[in-house]
Amino acid sequence: MTRKQRRFTVIGLAMGVLAIAAALVFVALEDTIVFFYSPTDIVEMKLDPGTRFRLGGLVSVGSIEQDGQHVKFVITDTTTDINVTYNGILPDLFREGQGVIAEGVLAVAGGFEADTVLAKHDENYMPPEVAEKLREQGHWQGEGQAE
Amino acid sequence: MIAEIGHFATLLALSLALLQGSLPIWGAAKGDLRIMNSARTFAVGQFLFVAFAFACLIALYVRSDFSVLNVWENSHSAKPLLYKVTGAWGNHEGSMLLWVLILAFFGALVALFGDNLPPRLRANSLAVQGWISIAFLLFILITSNPFARLFPVPLDGQDLNPILQDISLAIHPPLLYAGYVGFSMAFSFAIAALIEGKIDAAWARWVRPWTLLAWMFLTAGISMGSWWAYYELGWGGWWFWDPVENASFMPWLAGTALLHSALVMERRDALKVWTILLAILTFSLSLLGTFLVRSGVLTSVHAFAVDAARGVFILVIMGIFVGGALTLFAWRAPRLRQGGLFAPISREGALVLNNLFLATATAAVFIGTLYPLLLEALTGEKISVGAPFFNKTFGPLMVPLLILVPFGPMLAWKRGDLLAVAQRLAVVAAFALIVAGAVYWSLNGGPVLAALGVGLAVWLIAGAVFEILWRVKFMRAPFAEAFRRAGGLPRAAWGTMLAHAGVGVVLLGIVGVTSWKTEVITTVAPGETLTVAGSELTFEGISSREGPNYSEEVAQFTVRREGEVVAILEPAKRLYTVRRQPTTEAGIKSFIGGDLYLVLGEATGDGSYIIRIYDNPLVTLIWIGTYIMVLGGMVSLSDRRLRVGAPRKRAAKPVSAPAPAE
Repeated sequence: MTRKQRRFTVIGLAMGVLAIAAALVFVALEDTIVFFYSPTDIVEMKLDPGTRFRLGGLVSVGSIEQDGQHVKFVITDTTTDINVTYNGILPDLFREGQGVIAEGVLAVAGGFEADTVLAKHDENYMPPEVAEKLREQGHWQGEGQAE
Repeated sequence: MIAEIGHFATLLALSLALLQGSLPIWGAAKGDLRIMNSARTFAVGQFLFVAFAFACLIALYVRSDFSVLNVWENSHSAKPLLYKVTGAWGNHEGSMLLWVLILAFFGALVALFGDNLPPRLRANSLAVQGWISIAFLLFILITSNPFARLFPVPLDGQDLNPILQDISLAIHPPLLYAGYVGFSMAFSFAIAALIEGKIDAAWARWVRPWTLLAWMFLTAGISMGSWWAYYELGWGGWWFWDPVENASFMPWLAGTALLHSALVMERRDALKVWTILLAILTFSLSLLGTFLVRSGVLTSVHAFAVDAARGVFILVIMGIFVGGALTLFAWRAPRLRQGGLFAPISREGALVLNNLFLATATAAVFIGTLYPLLLEALTGEKISVGAPFFNKTFGPLMVPLLILVPFGPMLAWKRGDLLAVAQRLAVVAAFALIVAGAVYWSLNGGPVLAALGVGLAVWLIAGAVFEILWRVKFMRAPFAEAFRRAGGLPRAAWGTMLAHAGVGVVLLGIVGVTSWKTEVITTVAPGETLTVAGSELTFEGISSREGPNYSEEVAQFTVRREGEVVAILEPAKRLYTVRRQPTTEAGIKSFIGGDLYLVLGEATGDGSYIIRIYDNPLVTLIWIGTYIMVLGGMVSLSDRRLRVGAPRKRAAKPVSAPAPAE
C-alpha cells in the first residue's frame, strides 16, 4: 500500500466507527430519555397513559397506605395531587412531607405506577421545582441543594 | 491556634506555588540551570506546607474543635476516632485540600526523583504543576476555607453523613484523587513539551510511568466506590451510570487510551500529536469530574446557581486550563515533527484501533452525562439519561474492542501478520466458543447473549494467558526452555497479560450478575424459612443494638445450604441519632458462585418484615478483576525499563526485532 492508501484506510476506519457511534447515540437518546414532570405538568400536558417519566414532588402528609410490600401514597406539588402505587421496599429517606422522585408509567385508570422510588441521600433534599414553588408560597426556606 | 496555623501554611504554600509557576519557566527560557532547578526546591517546600496544613485539619477533627465551621458541620464528639480522621476529607473543603495535597505530592516526587529528566522539561513541567496548584489553592482560600472559624462555639457537631461513615468510602476519595491528579503529570509534561516545541520517544518514556501510576489509582478508586455503592446503598447494584460515577469513568477511559498511545510513541516514535492531545484531554476530563462533583451542578442546574461562587470558580479554572492548553496545542502542535506512518496491520495499528474505540466510548459517555445539563440550561426541560442509554451506546462500542484485545499483543510491531496470528488464536477462540456453548447448553438454552458474553470473557482471559504461553514457546520447546524464557520475559509483558485478563474477569462478573441475578421481595414472619437460589433462609427474629453514634434494629437470618448452616446474616436498619438519618445495612455473604444479599425493609405490623433478597452470581469477580488490572499495572511499573526512568535517547530508538518485548 502507498502512504496515501494507508492514510485513507486509517481515516476511513475512524470515520466509520465515529459514524456508527453517532448513530448509536442518537437512537439511544431518542429511546431512553426519561422526562421529569411535576404533578401539575401531568395535568397541563395531558400525557397519554403508558408514558414513562419521572415524577417529582412531596409525599403528601397522611397519604401513605402500606399493605405488605404494596404501597400507595400521594405525590403533591401543593397545587396538584397524584396517586402513586408502588411494589417493593421504600428508600430509607422516604417519609411524609419529604421530597421524592418516582419513575414509572401513567396508569390507564389514572394515577401513577412507580417501579422505582428515589429519595436523595440528604434529609433536606427537595426536587428543585418543588422547592421553588414552595418558596414562592412561603412554605419552606431551605437552600434547595443536596450534596 | 491550630486552625490559624493551618490557614497560614496554606497561604505559604500558595506563595511557593507562585514562585514555582514563574521562576523555572524564566530560567528555562534563559537557559539558566540554577534558576530552572529552583523548581525542585519550591515543589518540595510547597508539598511540605500543604501536608502541614492538612495535618492541622486532621488534628482539628481529632480534637473535635467545634469552633471551626468545617469540623462542626461534619463531625461529632461521639463519632469513632477513625471517622473523625477520615471525616477531614469527607466534605467539600477538606477534600479540596486533599486534592492539592496529592497534586503537591506528585510534584515533589518529580522534583526528588526526576534526576534523569532533561532539566528544561523538568523545570517547565514543574512550573505547569505550580499553575494548577495556584488555581486550586486560590479556590480553597477564597471559596472553600476549611479553617474558617465559627462563633459562638457550639457544644457539639452535626456529625458526618452516616453513609460516608464507612471504611471503604474513607479510602475511596484519596485513591480517586490520586488518579485524577496523577493525570496532571501527563498534562504538565504535555504542556512543557508544547512550550519547548520538542517531543520525542524519550518523552513518552517519562510520561508512561506517571500515567500508569495514575491509572492504577483511578482503577482502584473507581472499583472501591462501586463496591461501596454495592454494599452500602442497599440496592444490590454495582454500577448505576450515575453522573458522579461517569465523572470518574471518563478520565479512566481516556487515561487507558493514553497508556496505549504513549506505548506507540515510545516504541515507534509515532502518534505524537495525538498522544499530547490525549494527555491534555485526560486531565481536562479529570478537571471536569472535579467540577461536576464539586459544583453541585449535578443535583440540578438550579443548585449550581445557589452556590455560584464555588461552581463559577471551578468553571473558570477549567476554562483557563482546558482552553489555554488546547489553544497552546493548536498553536504549537503543527511545529512538532510528525512521526512516520505505519502499516494498518501491526501492533501500532491495533493500538490505534484501541484508541479509536476508547476515545469514541469516552465521547458517548460524555454526551450521555452532559446532555441533560445542557438541555436544562438551554430549555429548562428536565430529563434523565440513565442506564439504558449507556447500555445501548457504550456496550456496542466495547464489544468489538474486547474482541480485538487478544490480537494486539500477538501482532508484531511495524508489520504484523494477521493471518498467522488468527491461526494461533484459533485454539483460544475454539476454547471460548466451547465454553459459551457449554453455558448455553447447561442452562437449557439460557439467554444467548449471556452465553456469548461468557465466551467473550473467556476469550479475553485465555487470550491473555495464551500470549504469554506462545512467547515462552510452551509445548513447542522443551519445558526447561519455556521456563527459562518465562523468566526472561520483561515484567511489562506480564503486566499486559494481567491487565487484559483482569478485563475479562470483570466482564465475566458483569455478565454473570446481569444475566442470572435473582431478586425476591417478600414478607417474612419470625421462624419462617424461605428458599432462594439454593439457599434456605430462616428468619430468627429482630433485636435492637446500640452503636457509638447510632441505634439499630438487626434481623437474624440463618442461611443453610443442603441442610448445613453456612452463614448468619444480619441485615439492619440504623438510625444515626445526631442527624436523625436512617440507613440500611445489607447482610451479605459471598460464596464462590456469588453473593447472597439481604436487605431489611419495613415492619408490616404483625411481627413480619418485608425483606429483599438478591442472589448475585459472580458479582465479586467485578472487583477481583479490577484488582487484577491494578496488579498488572504494578507489575508493569516494576519493569526495569520503566524504573530506570529516563533512558538515553539512543536507547529509545525502536528495536527492529520481530517480536519485541512489550
